Amino acid sequence: MMQATPIMKRPESLAQKEFTYCPGCLHGVAHRLLAEILDELKIREKTLMVAPVGCSVFGYQFFNVDGTVAPHGRATAVATGMKRALPDNIVVTYQGDGDLAAIGTAETVHTANRGENITTIFINNAIYGMTGGQMAPTTLLGMKTTTSPYGRSSKTEGFPIHVCEVLQSLPGVAYLERVCLFTPKDVMNAKKAMKKAFQAQIAGLGYSLVEIISTCPTNWGLSAIESVEWAKKEMIREFPLKKFVDRVGDRS
Amino acid sequence: MSERLMMKGTEAMAEAAIRAGCRLYFGYPITPQSELPEYMSRRMPQVDGVFLQAESEVAAVNMVYGAACTGHRVMTSTSSPGYSLMQEGISYIAGAELPGVFINVVRGGPGLGDIQPAQSDYFQATKGGGHGDYHVIVLAPSTVQEAVEHMLLAFDLADQYRTPSMIIADGLLGQMMEPVELPESRGLNSLPDHSSWAMQGAKGRESHKVTSFDIDPYELEKMNHRYQKTYQRIRENEIRYEEYRMEDAEYTIVAYGTTARICKSVVNSARESGIKIGLIRPITLWPFPYEVIHTAAKKTGFVMTVEMSVGQMWEDVRLAVEGHAATPFFGRTAGVVPTPTEILDAFHKERKVK
Repeated sequence: MMQATPIMKRPESLAQKEFTYCPGCLHGVAHRLLAEILDELKIREKTLMVAPVGCSVFGYQFFNVDGTVAPHGRATAVATGMKRALPDNIVVTYQGDGDLAAIGTAETVHTANRGENITTIFINNAIYGMTGGQMAPTTLLGMKTTTSPYGRSSKTEGFPIHVCEVLQSLPGVAYLERVCLFTPKDVMNAKKAMKKAFQAQIAGLGYSLVEIISTCPTNWGLSAIESVEWAKKEMIREFPLKKFVDRVGDRS
Repeated sequence: MSERLMMKGTEAMAEAAIRAGCRLYFGYPITPQSELPEYMSRRMPQVDGVFLQAESEVAAVNMVYGAACTGHRVMTSTSSPGYSLMQEGISYIAGAELPGVFINVVRGGPGLGDIQPAQSDYFQATKGGGHGDYHVIVLAPSTVQEAVEHMLLAFDLADQYRTPSMIIADGLLGQMMEPVELPESRGLNSLPDHSSWAMQGAKGRESHKVTSFDIDPYELEKMNHRYQKTYQRIRENEIRYEEYRMEDAEYTIVAYGTTARICKSVVNSARESGIKIGLIRPITLWPFPYEVIHTAAKKTGFVMTVEMSVGQMWEDVRLAVEGHAATPFFGRTAGVVPTPTEILDAFHKERKVK
């Protein structure tokens, strides 16, 4: 008799819990990729996860790993404390654009600059989702939000901040790449980048960050498909996909 | 083996922390306590510990939070403006029921204030400081030797009750040198085991979640009731104070920290001229020794509070007295240290009113 072999199953690292995200949100895809990578690298049992304040504030509940929630913006400082206490464990922060690039800018820059041996998954969808669609540090020029109702103007709100471009000059950074999740190919590329980021940490090379360009159908006021089409065009024009730093190379 | 040395307050506390088994220090320089991180930066590498100078007090307190999540002994130290910056993190540490140890070497305020000794952070230390219904155990040493002993106690209490604890010192105690007897080092293997709840990796067990968070108000209320039970146990077991020449006292002075030392001189010189003053020195500012002050109020009918502030602990003293005594106050603030003479003068003025 033929033995049935499953070709797809829930990763062990993903908890049996319903996501709290809106329909069409890409957090779910990013979560699944993260869980698959923790399984594949066999690091689930020593991973410590730091969730942010924002839509993924519940993130620590969706993984079968030890987890906490940091104060808004402080995820990499919390992760630093964990990693210094337990250097042999794997520490990951999962943060949105407001958390990482507005209120947490100082922590982000200095954690990267110290070459703190942790990994950050950074979701950039150019808006504050959890609080109801306010302007983010990465909101595009002209983009309307509940706190930029006339469209973001560089004169009064400044310009969208490019996190990878800011961090790439810091020698403490071991892996830095911007990816997206809009097509199956994009998803495969994103997974490859995220995996390399963890490999950088496992090898003790320094700080690793993968920026994932994402969407927010709810607060962008678009359908799931429209939001992806809009992001492909407008978000990628502002935030071009690129591998900025790769000190992992082919050692994996 | 314990040893006797001449040490500055800040450095003595740092060494005591290491001997208490603390191997993780995160901090940011600020006067008048920068000798403490400086000392840690020298000593921690010698004991395979971690010293990290953070980019801010905000980052430092969150590094403390992260390290505390792993169940390891961890601390930071700062002075007033820096302690203000740490309040958010301390609220999270209290809410997540984590042990973490803080030192605030208080200086004159508000705002940038100055760098001289003060006690004007009493409210912040004892009444919360950050958001939410929480408390921090507050220890107030009055000598360098006591600061050393409090350092060990702060770690033990934080571990025992899984709550933040702090030493509130003033710039004088931080900066002065006194002979101290240092304790023997605690073996790291003898420290409390927190593996039942700490984040150390979900190997062969369910994952541990360490947070101050629940979106369901009924669940969060249950968490709050749990915190309050802990605070009640602390109130029942951990109140500490010193009574100085209270046996036959006809007047009571209440003072803590450096001010209490000055008030001991006041008590002694008043007694030389036949006026029987006694001193109650709260050692834990939270939990506060209400009962002993209440008893003294009934007995002496006069309870004068002396502080290096405009009257913060004074509010707790009046709560303790509950109208059973006159409750005058004398204080100097903004970094001014009161002299025994001016305290005695103030006492005589108030005594006439009694």
